[in-house]
Amino acid sequence: MSRIHVTARVNGDKVEFLCDPRETLLDVLRDNLGLTGTKEGCGTGDCGACSVTVDGRLICSCLMLGAEAEGKEIGTVEGIANGEELHPLQVKFIEHAALQCGICTPGILVAAKNLLEHNPAPSETEVRYWLAGNLCRCTGYDKIIRAVLDTAAEIRAAN
Amino acid sequence: MAFDKLNSSDFKYIGTRPDRPDGVDKVTGRANYGADAYAAGMLHGAMVRSPHAHARIIRIDGSRALALAGVKAVVTRADFAEDVEGEYWNVLDNVMAGERALYHGHAVAAVAATSSLIAREAVALVDVEYEVLPHVTDVDEAMQPDAPVIREGQVSTSVPAGLSPNVVGYYEHGHGDLDAGFAEADLIIERHFTVEAAHQGYIEPHACLAQLGPDGRGELWCCTQGQWFDQKFCAALLGIETSALKVTASEIGGGFGGKTTQFIEPVALALSRKTNRPVKVVMNRSEVFKASGPTSSSSMDVKIGMTNDGRISAAQGTYRLQGGAFPGAWAMLTAQCAFAPYQINHVKTTGYDVMCNRPKVAAYRAPGSPIAAFSTESVIDELCNRLRLDPMEVRLKNAAREGTRSSYGPIYPKIGLVDCLEAAKAHPHWTSPLKEGHGRGISCGFWFNFGMETSVNLMLSEDGSIQITVGTPDIGGSRASIALMAAEELGIPYENIRVNIADTASLGFNEMSHGSRVTFACGLATVEAARDATDKLCARAAAKWGISEEAVKWRDGCAIPAGSNAGEFDPLPIEEIAGRMGRTGGPISGHHSVTPDGAGPSFAVHIVDSEVDPETGKTEITRYTVVQDAGRAIHPSYVEGQYQGGAAQGIGWALNEEYIYDEQGRLQNDGFLDYRIPVASDLPMIDTVIVETPNPGHPYGVRGVGETSICPPLAAIANSVSNAAGVRLTHLPMSPPRILKAMKERLG
Ligand code: FES
Ligand code: FES
Repeated sequence: MSRIHVTARVNGDKVEFLCDPRETLLDVLRDNLGLTGTKEGCGTGDCGACSVTVDGRLICSCLMLGAEAEGKEIGTVEGIANGEELHPLQVKFIEHAALQCGICTPGILVAAKNLLEHNPAPSETEVRYWLAGNLCRCTGYDKIIRAVLDTAAEIRAAN
Repeated sequence: MAFDKLNSSDFKYIGTRPDRPDGVDKVTGRANYGADAYAAGMLHGAMVRSPHAHARIIRIDGSRALALAGVKAVVTRADFAEDVEGEYWNVLDNVMAGERALYHGHAVAAVAATSSLIAREAVALVDVEYEVLPHVTDVDEAMQPDAPVIREGQVSTSVPAGLSPNVVGYYEHGHGDLDAGFAEADLIIERHFTVEAAHQGYIEPHACLAQLGPDGRGELWCCTQGQWFDQKFCAALLGIETSALKVTASEIGGGFGGKTTQFIEPVALALSRKTNRPVKVVMNRSEVFKASGPTSSSSMDVKIGMTNDGRISAAQGTYRLQGGAFPGAWAMLTAQCAFAPYQINHVKTTGYDVMCNRPKVAAYRAPGSPIAAFSTESVIDELCNRLRLDPMEVRLKNAAREGTRSSYGPIYPKIGLVDCLEAAKAHPHWTSPLKEGHGRGISCGFWFNFGMETSVNLMLSEDGSIQITVGTPDIGGSRASIALMAAEELGIPYENIRVNIADTASLGFNEMSHGSRVTFACGLATVEAARDATDKLCARAAAKWGISEEAVKWRDGCAIPAGSNAGEFDPLPIEEIAGRMGRTGGPISGHHSVTPDGAGPSFAVHIVDSEVDPETGKTEITRYTVVQDAGRAIHPSYVEGQYQGGAAQGIGWALNEEYIYDEQGRLQNDGFLDYRIPVASDLPMIDTVIVETPNPGHPYGVRGVGETSICPPLAAIANSVSNAAGVRLTHLPMSPPRILKAMKERLG
C-alpha cells in the first residue's frame, strides 16, 4: 500500500513522516517518530494509555489514523515538561507516589493536564470522571486523584 | 539490640517518603518498557492462534503466508527442542501447541515479517486444518468421569483413584478430629461457592525483542517479573545452553504474577533463529486475555461449626480449581490459606487441581488465597448473623497468634493479626453510623510471603556514592525501598545511592519479583551486602590508624573508633576512604547471596461499606479501609499503594471481572470494554492503616506487603453486600445481573 506524506507539529516541533494508511497515530508516534512515552495498552480505545492531545483535545491516539494528523498540533507526555523544569503534575505524581509500575502514567498525565487547562478547580468527582477513561491497575487511583487535586490547588495558589 | 525491637523513630531513612529514584524517567515517558525497544533490521512477529477450544492439528501450511512480500519465516512446534520434560514441556506446549490446540487462543504457529502490518496479514494466510474435539471449560464438569480428557498421564500419585484423568493434583491439610469438633458446635453452616476466573489485568501487554544467532547465542529484552526464569525456560525450549542467552528485564508495566512465565519470548527467539534477525513480538489485548495467565475458576464447599459464644469449633473445606489445560492450579495454596487466620482445633481442607480447555493459569497476587477467604469469611459472617455475635469480636476471639498451630501445619512465630483486628476495631470507620440502605462487611486475609534465592552487589564509587545491583525488576517502587535500607545501613544520604536492575549476565541468580519477597529478601541481602562493605571500610580505617579492625565501627557514614580504648581519631567519612581505596588495598564492594527462610506471614483486615441499587443491581463501594501488618514499612507511600492496589483489584474481582465462555468454549470478553476492571469513577478513596508487627526474620522487621491486600476484599464485599441488599451471593463476581436475580428471588 502506498504511503502517505504527513506534516504536523508534535510538542511544538514540526515533523514530517510517511505512514501506511492503516497505521494509527499511536503507531506513528512510537514507531516512526521514536516517541515511545505514549503507550499501547489495548489498541481499542479502552485503556487511555495512549492519550495525547490533538489541537488541544484529549484523544486516544490508537483510535486516530496517522494520516489524519495532517496539519494538526499534537501533544504527548514528552512535551509536558518545560525543558528541564517538570510540570507541577509530574512533580506531584512523584511526590504522592501516584505511580507504581508507571505504564499508565504518561496517559494519565496528558489527560490530567488537559483537565486542569479546562477546569483549574475540579472536584474529586470531576477528576474521577475525567480520568475514567484511563485505566490504572496498580494504584487503586487514590494517590493519582490526590496528586491531581493537590496540583490544581498549588497552581491556583501560585496564580 | 535486634532491629525488630527498634521503634520507627530509631531510624533515619526507613519510614521516610523520598521521591523514587526512577520517578523522573516514569513521568516524562523516558522509561523503557517491553514494547519500547527497537533494533536495526528488526522483524515483527505475530501469532497464529486456535479458533477452537479443543482441536487436533491435522496440518499447518505456511506457504501462502511465506509467499507474501515481506514475510521472512513461519515457525511451528517443529522449531523448538523436542526432549523437554516436566514444567518445561508444559510451558513449551503452552507457548506453541503440539498435536492439539487445547484452548481458544492457543498459539499454533507464528510468523515474522518486515512490518507488523504485514505480519498480521500473514497470520491470516497460514492455513491450519483442525479436527474439532469435545471440550470442557467448567471445573466441576471437567472432574466428571465422562468429561473430555485434556491429557492422560498427568495425574500425580496423591490423587485418589476413580476420578477423571483431568484431576491432576490432590492436597490435604489440617489437624484434630472433625467429628468431635462439629459435635461441640451450637450451629453448623455449610455452603457451596463458585468464583469465576479473573485476569491480572496489567496495562502493559507482554512484549519482547529477541535475537538468536546461528552460533546459538542470543539476547532477549522483555517485560518480566524474573529474567533468570526467562533465561532458563527460553534456553531449554530452544535447546541452547542457559548461559548462551542474556536476558534483560525492561521496565515492567504491571505483572501481579502474570509475568512470571513465558508466552511470546521463546517464539520470538525461534523466529529470530530462523531469520537471523532481531524479532519483536508484542501481544495485543485480546491475546493477553485469551492466552496469558488468568486465575483459576473454582468450586468450593465450606462447613464451619461455631459455639454460641463465637468459638469456631471445627472447619472443613474442599477446593476445586481448574488450571487451564495444564497441571498447576493452586488448590494446595487455597487449601492452606483457607483457615490460616484462625486458631481451630479441628480443621481439614482438601484441594483438587483440575485441567480443562482454558489458558494455562499464571499466578495472580496471592494465588488461591482470595477465593479461600471468600468462602471461609462468608460462612463466618453468616454464623455471626445467625448467632447475633459481633463479627469483629468473633474474629478477635478466634484469631491466630504467636504459638498457634496454623491450619496448614507450622506453628506461627510472631504475627500481627490481633494487632490488625484491634486497629480495625479502633478505626473510626468501624464505629461510624451506616446510612440507610448501606451495608458494612469485614474480612481477614492471609498470605505466607516468601524469601527465595537472592543476590545483591554493592559498589563504592571514588566519591563515596554507592551503586547497588539487584536482580528483581522494580514493579512498584522497590528501587526506593532498597535505597532506603542501604542508606540506613551505610549512614549516607538516600540520594547518593543508585539502584540498578541487573540482566542475567551481571549478577548471580535471583528469584522473581513475586511472592511479596522483594523488600524482604532483596532488602535483607542489601543490608548484608552493605555490612560486608562497611566491614571493609572499617578495615581501611583501622589500617590508617594503625589499630585492630575490631577496634573500628561504622556510624553515620564514617568509620569511628569502637570505644575509648581504641584511641582518639576523627571520624573517617566514606568519601575519604573511597577516594583513596585504589591505594589502600583496591576497590571496595559488598556482596551477599542468600536464600532467606525467615519471611513473615502477614495478615490484613478490610472494612467495606456498600450500597446496592435495587433497580440495576449495581454495587457502589462507598467507603473502604485496609488495615494490614507490614512488619516494617520501609517507604510508607508505596506500602499504602500496595494496600490500595490490592483492594482495588479485589473490588474488581468481587463485582465485575470474569472470564465468560460460550457453548463452543470460546472466550467472549477478550477486551477491557467487556472485561471491565475498576476505573477511577468506580472507586472511593481507599483508607489505609499500616500496622507494624516486626518480622523477626528480617534485620529491619520487613514482612512483605504486595499480596495480602487482595485476600480480604472478595469476602469483605460479599459480607457488606449481604448486609446492604439482604442477599448473600455465593457466586462471584457479584455482577449487577447476579445481584438483581438474587434480590428478585428473595422478594419471590
Ligand atoms: S491503547 Fe489506546 S486506549 Fe488503550
Ligand atoms: S501504575 Fe501501573 S497501571 Fe498505573
